[in-house]
Amino acid sequence: MTGVSRGLQAYTMTQTTQTQTIGLKRFDLQVIASWIKPGSRVLDLGCGEGDLLLYLKQNKGVRGTGIENRESKVALCIAKGLSVLQGDINEEVLDYQEDTFDYVILSQTLQQVYYPERLLKSLLAIGRKVIVSFPNFSHWSIRMQVLLTGMAPKNEQLPYEWYNTPNIRVITLQDFRKFTRDQGCTVLKEVAINTHHHNTKGHIVGFLQNWRATYGIFLIGKGDKT
Amino acid sequence: MSEYIEHDKDGISVGLVEKKYFTFADPPDTMVLESNARLGPVTIAYETLGALNQDKSNVILILHALSGDSHVAGYYSEEDQKPGWWEIMVGPGKGIDTDKYFVICSNIIAGCMGSTGPSSINPRTGIPYGFDFPVVTIGDMVKAQKALLEHLGIEKILSVIGGSIGGMQVLEWAVRYPDIVVSAIPLASTTRHSALAIAFNEVARQAIMADPNWSKGKYYGSTKPNLGLALARMVGHVTYLSDEAMRRKFGRRLQNKSDFSFNFDADFQVESYLRYQGQKFVDRFDANSFLYITKAADYFDLRRQHGNGSETEAFAKAKARFLVISFTSDWLYPTYQSKAMVKAMKKNNLDVSFCEIEAEWGHDAFLLENERLSALIRGFLERNFIELQKKK
Repeated sequence: MTGVSRGLQAYTMTQTTQTQTIGLKRFDLQVIASWIKPGSRVLDLGCGEGDLLLYLKQNKGVRGTGIENRESKVALCIAKGLSVLQGDINEEVLDYQEDTFDYVILSQTLQQVYYPERLLKSLLAIGRKVIVSFPNFSHWSIRMQVLLTGMAPKNEQLPYEWYNTPNIRVITLQDFRKFTRDQGCTVLKEVAINTHHHNTKGHIVGFLQNWRATYGIFLIGKGDKT
Repeated sequence: MSEYIEHDKDGISVGLVEKKYFTFADPPDTMVLESNARLGPVTIAYETLGALNQDKSNVILILHALSGDSHVAGYYSEEDQKPGWWEIMVGPGKGIDTDKYFVICSNIIAGCMGSTGPSSINPRTGIPYGFDFPVVTIGDMVKAQKALLEHLGIEKILSVIGGSIGGMQVLEWAVRYPDIVVSAIPLASTTRHSALAIAFNEVARQAIMADPNWSKGKYYGSTKPNLGLALARMVGHVTYLSDEAMRRKFGRRLQNKSDFSFNFDADFQVESYLRYQGQKFVDRFDANSFLYITKAADYFDLRRQHGNGSETEAFAKAKARFLVISFTSDWLYPTYQSKAMVKAMKKNNLDVSFCEIEAEWGHDAFLLENERLSALIRGFLERNFIELQKKK
């Protein structure tokens, strides 16, 4: 295919995405989207190819910004008509004024952050509310793997070997609740879900969450101030 | 920059275009420059592509870099050997789509491609200005472009786009005329030159001024300082490439020979290339214009001019949505400089996108065909066009 016809094809694709509405594929993102009030300002950290931001823009009139460190994904987002900055989330969040955003979203990234305390503090400074989601490390299948095989666990949510995993933080729902208490912020809402994050469908786990949930999603406020 | 200009490989082009001229600031109403000197009459060369829509909401202003001109895309005649300098980006269905947008490309004052510059006739003396031409700044260039836009009846610009020194004009436009500029795309640019960039410009200027034919700028009508200008261009070309680009393009390959000549002929391909580029440049460019434009670029300092020394304050007046783009191998206008402007825009709560495109070709990468760059610009323009329509 020639350069220009490839260009024209990409042109047609962007035409479609900027004018047609899309649905959200990931169940965890569907839950997060349902928590966001129409017309609000949103910062999506590690926004990937911008699925959530595009959905929120089209369906909720949200003014969104994304931060993503991979050039190819940033380019895709901007081509879709989104405002996205290429950079490291830990640094990029420092430039905003206090309460610039109504919501700051950290989806499926907390387990890869070096300094979660520092980051959460920054997020609560620039956003009125923070939404955090992460894979639950105390799911029964993970516990059973450690118990029965004696080896570092792997599953669909955490598919890496111990030596090549980007997921350097082992977090459970219980751990995160304690973390928010220690940080002096308030959990305004929390949901435990059971799904592979690429699946469209999932369900909310009510009973024995720490054992049965594959993901936790938390809406956090500033503690006493909220 | 002209070395990259090629016909579109699929034959897609905006077609025939015409260079036009606009003259203003006739004496006694001459233009007051930043240096307080006065200039007039002032002529600007420009070209337009595509059609202006009814509510005049599809205007794109493209600003060129050091050696560019108003001829951004298309051909002057059927026999024309080369299209405009950004043919790969500007045309029907391209990144900047002339089927949708009305594109204006304005030449800069102090240049030598049709606008008033040191090679123009000084009305007071009847001979070319030479070094009597006043020093102009990027701000002066932009003020002259604003006069052109007023003349064309344009009150809103959907996007101002430019790379390198063109990017400086983009930033100046966004800060100086915030209510006119809806969005802005500075490519491979900076809010102020580093010492490194000034240093290379100074070496290039000294090469010209050391040429005995330069004669303090009064060489019109006699032998031109071609050696100096060619050398200046050679220095420039080194700064526009990168280590990797040069390794790939030339390596240590020899030019039409199998061994060293053991004299000072151009043995290496890179030497031969630079000599060729230098010689080619003197046919189309004026040495004094080179001095004036590089000086304007060195003087450019958005912080000093608009922010009392602060980059953040400099963007306080801006209202445009920004798309800032840098290139990984650009060491003349490195990514940290783009990131500094992005930081300042964020602190001002401006809507900004930023992408550092992976490209091996150094500073010149913004002129080369790049699918990713085209897609980014296309998507950004599309979005701003849709949102401007919604506002109306």
